[in-house]
Amino acid sequence: MRRAAVLGTGQTEHRTRRTDVSMAGLCREAIDRALADSGTDWSQIDAVVLGKAPDLFEGVMMPELFLADAIGAAGKPLLRVHTAGSVGGATAIVATTLIRSGVHRRVLAVAFEKQSESNAMWALSIQPPFSAPITAGAGGYFAPHIRSYIRRFDAPRHIGALVAVKDRRNGALNPYAHLRQPDITLESVQASPMLWDPIRYDETCPSSDGACAVVIGDQQAAEASERQVAWIRATAMRTEPTFYSGKDHVDPRAGAEAAAALWAAAGVKDPLEEIDVAELYVPFSWFEPMWLENVGFVGQGQGWKLVESGETALGGALPVNPSGGVLCSNPIGASGLLRFAEAAMQVMGRAGEHQVAGASTALGHAYGGGSQFFSMWVVGRNP
Amino acid sequence: MCVDTLSAPLTIAFDYTRSLGPVLGRFMAGLRERRVLGGRTSDGRVHVPPLEYDPVTHAPVTELVEVSPTGTVVSWAWREDPLEGQPLDRPFAWALIRLDGADTAMLHAVDAGSEEDINTGLRVRIRWAAERTGHIRDISCFEPATEDPGGVSPLSQAAADSGETPPVLIMTTPIRLHYLHTTSAEEDRYLRALAEGRIIGQRCPSCRKVYVPPRVCPACGVAPDEILDVEDRGTVTTFCVVNVPFAGQRLTPPYVVAQVLLDGADIPIPHLVLGVPADQVRMGLRVAAVWRDRAAWSTTPENIDHFEPSGEPDAPYESYREHL
Amino acid sequence: MNDVAIIGFARSDRSVTTSGVETLVPVFEQALAQAGLGRREVDFWCSGSSDYLAGRAFSFVSAVDAIGAVPPISESHVEMDAAWALYEAYLKILAGEAETALVYGFGKGTAGDSERVLALQLDPYTVAPLWPDATSVATLQARLAFEAGLISEQDMAQMAAAPVADGASAVVLAARDRVRGRPAAWISGIAHRVDPQGLGERDLTTVPSAVAAARDAGLDAPVDVAALHAPFTHQEVLLRDVVRAGVYLPFDSNAMFSAGLSRIGAAAGEVMSGRSLTAAGHATSGPALQQNLICALRGKR
Repeated sequence: MRRAAVLGTGQTEHRTRRTDVSMAGLCREAIDRALADSGTDWSQIDAVVLGKAPDLFEGVMMPELFLADAIGAAGKPLLRVHTAGSVGGATAIVATTLIRSGVHRRVLAVAFEKQSESNAMWALSIQPPFSAPITAGAGGYFAPHIRSYIRRFDAPRHIGALVAVKDRRNGALNPYAHLRQPDITLESVQASPMLWDPIRYDETCPSSDGACAVVIGDQQAAEASERQVAWIRATAMRTEPTFYSGKDHVDPRAGAEAAAALWAAAGVKDPLEEIDVAELYVPFSWFEPMWLENVGFVGQGQGWKLVESGETALGGALPVNPSGGVLCSNPIGASGLLRFAEAAMQVMGRAGEHQVAGASTALGHAYGGGSQFFSMWVVGRNP
Repeated sequence: MCVDTLSAPLTIAFDYTRSLGPVLGRFMAGLRERRVLGGRTSDGRVHVPPLEYDPVTHAPVTELVEVSPTGTVVSWAWREDPLEGQPLDRPFAWALIRLDGADTAMLHAVDAGSEEDINTGLRVRIRWAAERTGHIRDISCFEPATEDPGGVSPLSQAAADSGETPPVLIMTTPIRLHYLHTTSAEEDRYLRALAEGRIIGQRCPSCRKVYVPPRVCPACGVAPDEILDVEDRGTVTTFCVVNVPFAGQRLTPPYVVAQVLLDGADIPIPHLVLGVPADQVRMGLRVAAVWRDRAAWSTTPENIDHFEPSGEPDAPYESYREHL
Repeated sequence: MNDVAIIGFARSDRSVTTSGVETLVPVFEQALAQAGLGRREVDFWCSGSSDYLAGRAFSFVSAVDAIGAVPPISESHVEMDAAWALYEAYLKILAGEAETALVYGFGKGTAGDSERVLALQLDPYTVAPLWPDATSVATLQARLAFEAGLISEQDMAQMAAAPVADGASAVVLAARDRVRGRPAAWISGIAHRVDPQGLGERDLTTVPSAVAAARDAGLDAPVDVAALHAPFTHQEVLLRDVVRAGVYLPFDSNAMFSAGLSRIGAAAGEVMSGRSLTAAGHATSGPALQQNLICALRGKR
């Protein structure tokens, strides 16, 4: 299979409201940084892939059409990906496929969400006729499954708070992060309001405006790069229905099978040993232990123990979300691409203060819908 | 095939708040002051509305120049029956209009009176809205220009620079769309049974699981067949206590939303559990449906108001662990 | 490089439910039957649809129910006409990441007022707040083409839209080794481009994105048959200059978000049946032919 590599990444300062920019301005902030980071000129980009979650968030149908000129896609092939919350990851994977097909040489992948144009909770709570008025909000969808996890493995209740403290402190090391809370403590998280029992306020992601962009190149482009690139060693996507009889919402089969395919394709036999850093899509803190198990870092019921041991903090055996993750910045459509880009930044040695020393192999992970769309990649310093 | 299934209107409405950035912000601020600003790109062309980024160099556009409120129709389309939200509520022409001093055309409405009075090449000028907020609709529409109003001279950089007001930060854009939602045959059957006080499921012919509400089996991708009644009581598999208010919410917190596995069904449904303090709801709790007054029943899931404890002993974990 | 062929196509233009699931189930069955493949033999699924057409966020999510995705599948979605999903799936096979793919599109175009819904594709700051209707936007293009002498007075007077419809379609792709002697329409070239949107910015009488796509798809000579995706009649005239063909299949039903894929499927059908040796399918997206995709097909590898 042809090789592909991340040549460079860029992201915006993520905030609740980026009222200083238009949608084009938001995308360009990330794109311009990615082009500079990758040493790529506009003329070298031969296709653009744009990812974004529901169009109702911005009230624009297929915004890539009006953005085509501003994001440098005019006259070029332009694809618009939408795979719910996993879309940022899917965007990177589609861009990778474009390279691996041999058709394109350098592809710009960009994902954004400008949540402040509307209200995501509103958009997600639109009730079609003939449905029961049982709206619970995004946290309300996932809270019951967290409860199931706690029950299934008898997990101590403070695990979610431990993750929140870790990620928010990590976010304080990341200049782009929306929430930066160096002084957060276990006690303060546990004192924050219970929103969707068992999810507390400090254990939920914010609503952010933001964008992320990566430039992906073929082997020739990667080898011509003057800077370290992130070689894409494997990608995987898997989908299952939102609901079906017997669906395991705690340990979704699609996530486990995507990870198994990913490790096989990347030649990773012992993920916990071989992966140096992981960016997991954790919108609610309890999903860190759940995904640690689901992707196979540890066995069933062992995820919360790895969290409790502190091994997922910076300096631990497997730092998870050194960027602060989705818990610190959540521009929905871009959140997955941020995970993928942060994994690349780590192996390129360009993660700044949240750099994991010596990181040479990293996992980027995203999921969406009702724990049903999974996208992942493994990137490395070496092909 | 679905001609006779239930359908109902759905309106989606939201007032979007669009942050404009430096270029569009200045453009909208200009409109508020009855001035039209174009953006000059590296090739010297003046674009109205301004582009945010140069199509050739990709650099941000920074130079804005004022153009005339009078221009020429480049193309047009007659609209006999204006639609909701359009600039005029009587027949009008959509037109691409190149303002004097601009190199590109902008789209807007021309209040031409009749189709005979609009043509390519027609000179038109802006009719400003009485109240302007920094919005494209500060231009009420265009109207035929019978004489030169002697307005601003084109390409007046000085005029644009002098007295330019601060950029508009945000413009509000209401979006209101109307749809007709159409149910499937299975959904229709389920709703009609609910109107009779029954809950029906359908069995997948492939995996034999009973789905409530009935649907194409998501695991097998085949249409369901056997129709059967399920009980209006069941087991709480898992749940969440909603303590937080949010947009679009239809109940006042706190309330419990639970996954309820009805007896006879193979997949839980989400519903409210009331009649018990939230902190006493638990996994395995047995609950029964509380129906609304029979007189209020119709083809809606709302016939079941909520579930409440049935008084039966809790179901053992093993009986519902496969549904978590 | 892998050779890739279309070996199955099915469509439905019957009224669909808002979710589209019930319509997709038989469409999948027909397309797979023609391809001689079982559902579990599909390596990659890719779809195209629009939330705004359905009037709800994540409308494509429930459509996954029609697949029966247990065990889980490799799958992706574009918020575009499914013709672009076909492009993604085609490259997936070229890349060696899949050997077979099922591409589908669906939409209930009649659920909302498409004249108003499509206004939301326009610039959200300076154009969409005026709610220009789709027919008027197309008419602006038609008049420019008429006044430039590109379409006749009769074309202008009779300019009309293909009726917006509900529909779904599916195309099955296979790499060379998986075609196994079945009737096949080989993809000899496929390309797509997008033009800047600004209606007053670009020359609406030309379609540079279609011209470039045709060139990159290798369409340097007329094909036996072409299926163009022209939502308005004057656009068919403009596009015939770009895609030259002996016969043009009529386009009489615009089932948005599956229509472009269906045009490719219809062109492939002509080749698979042996009626034509060369064919081309075209898809468009956006106002006034902003974005275009062209797929060139051959009967013999």
